[in-house]
Amino acid sequence: MSATAHAQVDDHAHDDHGHHHKETFVTKYIFSQDHKMIAKQYLITGVLVMGFIGIAMSLFFRMQIAWPGESFPIFEAILGKWAPDGVMDADMYLALVTMHGTIMVFFVLTAGLSGTFSNLLIPLQIGARDMASGFLNMLSFWMFFVSCVVMVISLFVEAGPAAAGWTIYPPLSALPMAQPGSGMGMTLWLVSMAIFIASSLLGSLNYIVTVINLRTKGMSMTRLPLTIWAFFITAIIGVISFPVLLSAALLLIMDRSFGTSFFLSDIFIQGEVLHYQGGSPVLYEHLFWFLGHPEVYIVLLPALGITSEVMSTNARKPIFGYRAMVASIMAIAFLSTIVWGHHMFISGMNPFLGSVFTFTTLLIAIPSAVKAFNYITTLWKGNLQLNPAMLFSIGLVSTFITGGLTGIILGDSTLDINVHDTYFVVAHFHLVMGISALYGLFAGVYHWFPKLFEGRMMNKNLGYVHFWVTAVCAYGVFFPMHFVGMAGLPRRYYENTAFPMFDEFTDIQVLMTTFALIAGAAQLLFVYNFVRSMFYGKKGPKNPWNSNTLEWTAEVKHIHGNWDGPIPHVHRWAYDYSKVDENGEYIIPGQDFVPQTVPLQEDEEELQH
Amino acid sequence: MTVVLTLAVLALVAIAIWQMTKIFELSQLKADQSRAQIANDNDNKNNGYLLFAFMVFTYLITIFSFWKYSKFLLPDASSAHGEEYDYLMLVSFVIIFIVQFITQFLLHYFGYKYRGREGQKALFYADNDRLEFIWTIIPVIVLAGLILWGLYTWTNIMDVNDEDDPLIVELYAQQFNWTARYGGADNVLGGANVRMIDIDRANVLGLDESDSYAADDVIVKELHLPVGRKVNFKMRSQDVLHSAYMPHFRAQMNCVPGMTTEFSFTPITTTAEIRQNSEVVDKVKRTNKIRAEKNVKITEENRILEAHGEPTKELLDSWEYDYILLCNKICGKSHYNMQMKIIVETQEEYEAWMKTQQTFGQTMASVQ
Repeated sequence: MSATAHAQVDDHAHDDHGHHHKETFVTKYIFSQDHKMIAKQYLITGVLVMGFIGIAMSLFFRMQIAWPGESFPIFEAILGKWAPDGVMDADMYLALVTMHGTIMVFFVLTAGLSGTFSNLLIPLQIGARDMASGFLNMLSFWMFFVSCVVMVISLFVEAGPAAAGWTIYPPLSALPMAQPGSGMGMTLWLVSMAIFIASSLLGSLNYIVTVINLRTKGMSMTRLPLTIWAFFITAIIGVISFPVLLSAALLLIMDRSFGTSFFLSDIFIQGEVLHYQGGSPVLYEHLFWFLGHPEVYIVLLPALGITSEVMSTNARKPIFGYRAMVASIMAIAFLSTIVWGHHMFISGMNPFLGSVFTFTTLLIAIPSAVKAFNYITTLWKGNLQLNPAMLFSIGLVSTFITGGLTGIILGDSTLDINVHDTYFVVAHFHLVMGISALYGLFAGVYHWFPKLFEGRMMNKNLGYVHFWVTAVCAYGVFFPMHFVGMAGLPRRYYENTAFPMFDEFTDIQVLMTTFALIAGAAQLLFVYNFVRSMFYGKKGPKNPWNSNTLEWTAEVKHIHGNWDGPIPHVHRWAYDYSKVDENGEYIIPGQDFVPQTVPLQEDEEELQH
Repeated sequence: MTVVLTLAVLALVAIAIWQMTKIFELSQLKADQSRAQIANDNDNKNNGYLLFAFMVFTYLITIFSFWKYSKFLLPDASSAHGEEYDYLMLVSFVIIFIVQFITQFLLHYFGYKYRGREGQKALFYADNDRLEFIWTIIPVIVLAGLILWGLYTWTNIMDVNDEDDPLIVELYAQQFNWTARYGGADNVLGGANVRMIDIDRANVLGLDESDSYAADDVIVKELHLPVGRKVNFKMRSQDVLHSAYMPHFRAQMNCVPGMTTEFSFTPITTTAEIRQNSEVVDKVKRTNKIRAEKNVKITEENRILEAHGEPTKELLDSWEYDYILLCNKICGKSHYNMQMKIIVETQEEYEAWMKTQQTFGQTMASVQ
């Protein structure tokens, strides 16, 4: 049954491919329905543009933390009235913190990472001519683009952008009199996020349908590369959890604009009692974190998927424990939807609920540990090709472990009491999801750059410098940060001078900021390498990393439909690297990899992985 | 100073980019073969060594941070449950560092040891059920222990009850300050709601003036606690979310408008005692040295300001160690300076202090 279905799809797609329509500039570069172009659009909008804004913001507020009250001409030049005489305003500080979080989590690491690589790799690696619906795919990108534009516009409104923290807890976010950022800035934030969620849902549904229906002949689910498994499961948790954020946003809009009391009750502010009665901010926290926690894995799983593929290819070894890796992805995805309460241990919710969430949260450490050990074993006795993508993958495993381990502290309701909302949390989640996901993103860009830009390759030496500077600085920023948090310093403090007990942290703050500034400069190197290679990068071989997966059999030149001839069929899993026969000879003499399109040899066993 | 620093950073960035461009160009010269941007044996060798060096770096930064920063950590807990908290934290950290040490070693060492060489054959090693089982079951056992211990402690800490005659204290949060309210002689808090706030008559916490329990309530701006007596805190907020964070007591609870939240602990160390703690003495010495240095700078600046006829800056006071209540949930512009001093003292000192305070009834009467 499924074989015939595949055959039909195959034939149909091939027929369809017969007539080329003439493409105009607009249909090719702007309103393109081709998944490869859409991937590039996501990469440039989400990662390069929004990423630049998000990272620049973090450097600004890091400077304020290290040198509080100092005057910087660059603040005055860019922040204008928000930095009178070059000294950053306290409201602007909170706005920068908020927008940095929002942009990095949603725009860079959700849309930028998933959008780029799901779009690029799903059709190419499963052997499909394009996404199930090219039109919805295009719509998804343009809605994302609109939400970016709205979010960027919100930076320029009179009273300033949203400033209630990226979690926008009401009542702070609901009451314009509580802070200037909760006026027009917050409205635009909510509008932008509503559009963003719609875009994300369209994209995710498309990914799910494509993976289920459009796999080429022979590409059973158990032969899928781990990248596709990761994107597939990520899309599913996105579909499950993003609508809940939309409902939270809608209810918040109602409270803000139509006088309802979903999240508000008993409020006295600026000399008057407000009419709100009966709502609860804790309800908002539940709704927010029902998305918010899966969101962490929406960010991280694609990065882990990319790492699996890059690491296996460059180690010239199969990924260790393929089935365990798939099972871990599924276990993490399932558990991620029932752990949200660990963000709320001290929110005032029933302590018994805290116990349940501690239990589920610490469970999630098990599949995570399995993944980490499997990555390490994949390196063991390999023939490691230390390309920049490979280094970023190894870096990811390193930060994933370092950041993940402190999760044992934060996931434990007891231990969370004293480090909750301190710099300890900031250090934890930046390492485990921020830096790790960024490393996954960089690994993906270096590895699949030739697929994105018709065979051009990025400069490896610049890549090496980029990696090593970033790797050292990332630990330089976030390792000392744990200590500051353990010492009781709350996050989101404009300056720490109001408490003499924090006076002696000045040096450590300066150290962290210095590392952050150097790390920021290193990212410019990446941008330079990216842009330059996009136009002048030397073309490499068709399959530069000697990889098994299908995307490297597709045409180097981007054509609509990906393969000039019929879609290749698949005969084996994606990880037959260095596989040998009984005599210890490679399956294909003189070549240490066996692409998925190569049929099984006569006496060869397809190991059931 | 700042300008110089900024310029220096910018200059360094510029030099870095210029150098990178050079590298880029140099590598382009050899790039006539298409494999130029793929790692060769030389790259593998260099980066393999760098991975090893990076492992050393991660250990060094760990040691450096401990050596340099562990003195910043909070002193021993000053609450009864805090001792157990600290012990659980210590054990968790020991486990974390063992795992961290081993896994980072394996990861980077393998990266170095198995760096690619022309002709080297990788081992086709796809699966091993026994290994998978081992590293599933070990985390399961370790985590089960931590979960059970943590849950046991958590249940004890969060069990806010009226046994042992606890002192009842309300912590009241608003943008951007704290107020505390004691139950008074009857140790019962009078009813209150934001709708009863009457600023003109100084009823700032919205107490129910007709409630007989409210009349003897004592409202203060500095929290005094008798040592050794359990305190049950009832938290309220009048505007946005706040979080009552008392790090020295390993205590924290959000203050939520529309509901009352609770936390309970027994202070075991008085303010006078903690000031004698050797770690605290050192910290105070270090901090006051920093403050004195800052004062030298401020005095210099003031001399210039005076010459220009501009208002001068205040000098920093010498600091005495105190327990403190901080706001730890983003609440607006002055979130960073929302604090209240906590003083833990003997029962006698506490009673003497309490005698000097006005009750709510007295305050209301004086306004009439």
